[in-house]
Amino acid sequence: MASFLNSERPPVFCPGCTHKNVTEALDKALQQLGLAAQEVVIVSDIGCSGLFDTFFNTHALHGLHGRALTYATGIKMARPELKVIVTMGDGGLGIGGAHLLSTCRRNPDLTLLVLNNFNYGMTGGQCSPTTPPDAVVGSGFLNRLEIPLDVVKVTRAAGAGFVSRLAAHRPELADEIAKGIEFEGFSVIDIWGICPGRYSRRNKLTPKSLEARIEALEKASGPVAENVREEYGAHYRRLAAGQEPARPPRPVKAVFEPPQKRPWRVLVLGRAGQRVVTAGELLCLAAMTAGMHATQKNDYPITVLRGHSVCELVLSPEPVDYTGIDVPDVVIALAPEGVARRKAVFQRLKPDCLVLRDAEVSIASTPAEVLAVDFRKARIKAADHALAALAALAFRNLVLSPAMLKAAVEHRFQGAVRAAALAVVEAMSGGG
Amino acid sequence: MALCFMEGNEAIAWGAFEAGCRFFAGYPITPATTIYNTMLRLLPPAGGICLQAEDEIASIGFCLGASMAGMKVLTATSGPGISLYSEQISFAVGSEIPLVIVDVQRLGPSTGSATRGADGDVQFLRWGNSGGLPVIVLAPVDVGDCFSLTMEAFNLAETYRCPVFVATNKEIAMTRESVDWDKLRRAEPVGRRLCPQGADFLPFGVEKGRQVPDFLPIGNRRLVRQTSSTHGPDGYITTDPVQIGANQKRLLEKIESRAERFTFYEEMAVKDARTLVVCYGVTARAARLAVAQLQRKGQAVSLLILKTLWPVPARLIAEKAAGCRRVVVVEMNMGQYVREIERVVAPLPVGFYGQMNGELIGPEKIMEVIAHG
Repeated sequence: MASFLNSERPPVFCPGCTHKNVTEALDKALQQLGLAAQEVVIVSDIGCSGLFDTFFNTHALHGLHGRALTYATGIKMARPELKVIVTMGDGGLGIGGAHLLSTCRRNPDLTLLVLNNFNYGMTGGQCSPTTPPDAVVGSGFLNRLEIPLDVVKVTRAAGAGFVSRLAAHRPELADEIAKGIEFEGFSVIDIWGICPGRYSRRNKLTPKSLEARIEALEKASGPVAENVREEYGAHYRRLAAGQEPARPPRPVKAVFEPPQKRPWRVLVLGRAGQRVVTAGELLCLAAMTAGMHATQKNDYPITVLRGHSVCELVLSPEPVDYTGIDVPDVVIALAPEGVARRKAVFQRLKPDCLVLRDAEVSIASTPAEVLAVDFRKARIKAADHALAALAALAFRNLVLSPAMLKAAVEHRFQGAVRAAALAVVEAMSGGG
Repeated sequence: MALCFMEGNEAIAWGAFEAGCRFFAGYPITPATTIYNTMLRLLPPAGGICLQAEDEIASIGFCLGASMAGMKVLTATSGPGISLYSEQISFAVGSEIPLVIVDVQRLGPSTGSATRGADGDVQFLRWGNSGGLPVIVLAPVDVGDCFSLTMEAFNLAETYRCPVFVATNKEIAMTRESVDWDKLRRAEPVGRRLCPQGADFLPFGVEKGRQVPDFLPIGNRRLVRQTSSTHGPDGYITTDPVQIGANQKRLLEKIESRAERFTFYEEMAVKDARTLVVCYGVTARAARLAVAQLQRKGQAVSLLILKTLWPVPARLIAEKAAGCRRVVVVEMNMGQYVREIERVVAPLPVGFYGQMNGELIGPEKIMEVIAHG
């Protein structure tokens, strides 16, 4: 089988650089597997390992430092039939550390060749995440402060399906790469090499000493039994196929006349657990059943089931432009948390505004008309106070009618939830 | 009229879906998360791909890979995420990778306020890439625009092979509103131009008279090269200043020389206006009310709402400002787009009001600025 190497762009490495061995081994592996050039993508990033994509006549993507795995994941998900090979140095491994760990956890069918030569060759031999503390590098004493990262240990622990470590000059490198490509899952091959331009000038490193160092570490060659599992893309497609198709947006039928044909600005001041946001939506849907336009802005903290929950609702016969509410027409005060959040508003209310408040919630003095509703007397649970307040308005034929509210409930809910919500509305028919 | 009730983020996801987007990758961030949530409902059952990445750098990286494999891709975030996207945005600009990015702007600087709106990123989006080459930025005003402009954004990304931003704001993104769904403007989806069968393919080769290279996806029968390095038409590194210079000029001109083809705007014009108000985004909605009220009172005030922010629709702005005595700009930041307006309408005086405190700018305030600002 013909070589994949690009005869117009022969590899250019410093004399003695073991990246050349990896280039040749990868070429041999691709030939052994009988792959066609258009089935293969080489994804590389920055550093000497980033030259790889130019040496091969395959598809190629060369991107930013440490990000090769991110592009490779996108390509593989889009085109599962492609063999995607990533080359990265020990520098890329460090700067893209989060991507390495996440790729191990996902186990997509990518083959990562780590061209591990213990330093940043291209920028002058600074220390990398794999530099031993006793090495002499271009970072002064700083490498003495850090311990090297063991690629095998880390990727195994993070869930890589296939992990190997060997020296770049080993004759079995091509076979190991071929096995990695054939493995259906994430393969990491930690290839230790010599950087004669920067590293071995100041640090004694020979093929023999390199092998001795590898020997002293945990052995790694091939599938990691406890990590072998379904490949990420295949798993994704299997689970995705079982998802229910999304339903398109459902229009609200406009069948009623609103009790008043005018804009309404409604402010609901409640707390988490009172289903304020849902009630806000119901009021908007109710307005829409009478052909009105509506907007809903919500304000609540990051906590769930604690803190304020405030809704600003604008209902109007015309499309709504400004969604803010400076002076509301109706304020529904359901909880001290919400009232505290907008305490300045009560002073600003006009005399023809209405405040509908829970009989147990006190508010600041206001020029507006204030109406107290006793939810407890009507046996309404706290979770239904907001809906019950809408019902109280509806039975006064103010803003909305009972028919509009019921239609909104029927649009929004089904089954038992719908029945329970309708019962809450009915319970307020006496006025609360 | 068939009104649906939804927020801007949902409308963006549906717009992307209708434009043919079948790949989304994102990282959760308020106020953009509901785009991801909606894509997660839309894409997997439709045979599409929706991924949550380990960070924003990876989410846009996934998108770049998938786009190079031929898919229409979307990612969405807010200011802190745009900061992390930056290096990948530069890649997409320089290496002509189609991609739509939604920035649901929130109050900055930095992590700022997750649930407060602002339009504080409008210069950042333009200039947040290394090399400073142009990008396209569209700015929706309401939920309907979120849908329609997202569809346009995909067509532009595909046509010009570039990143296109939809610069929205928490106040549109997470505000639900009634929208006449069936009547929304839907641009006919277009795909990127593929290199014809039998023709010689160079990854960045451009025919005479054209400015955008024909595309082939990675995995095609003909081999494709993509690179973030300075490259010639063949996709290999080049140091030839003539080749480099020509390419930079092309990257600039392919966007800027065609600006008028995608200048989206709206106006409320009166004859012989003395004042032109220029707004964009959610602020434009309050400006509509303010200007309508002044026009009812017989004041000679016009309103121009820009929905394409970058490239700056300079000719349109100059045309609309012609004959006016002054221009007024109101925006939800401390003064960003006003710089462009000042440049374009000079020597006309430009009144300005900027507010970035988490609150909407109301119509009263805008009327005050028009009267005195």
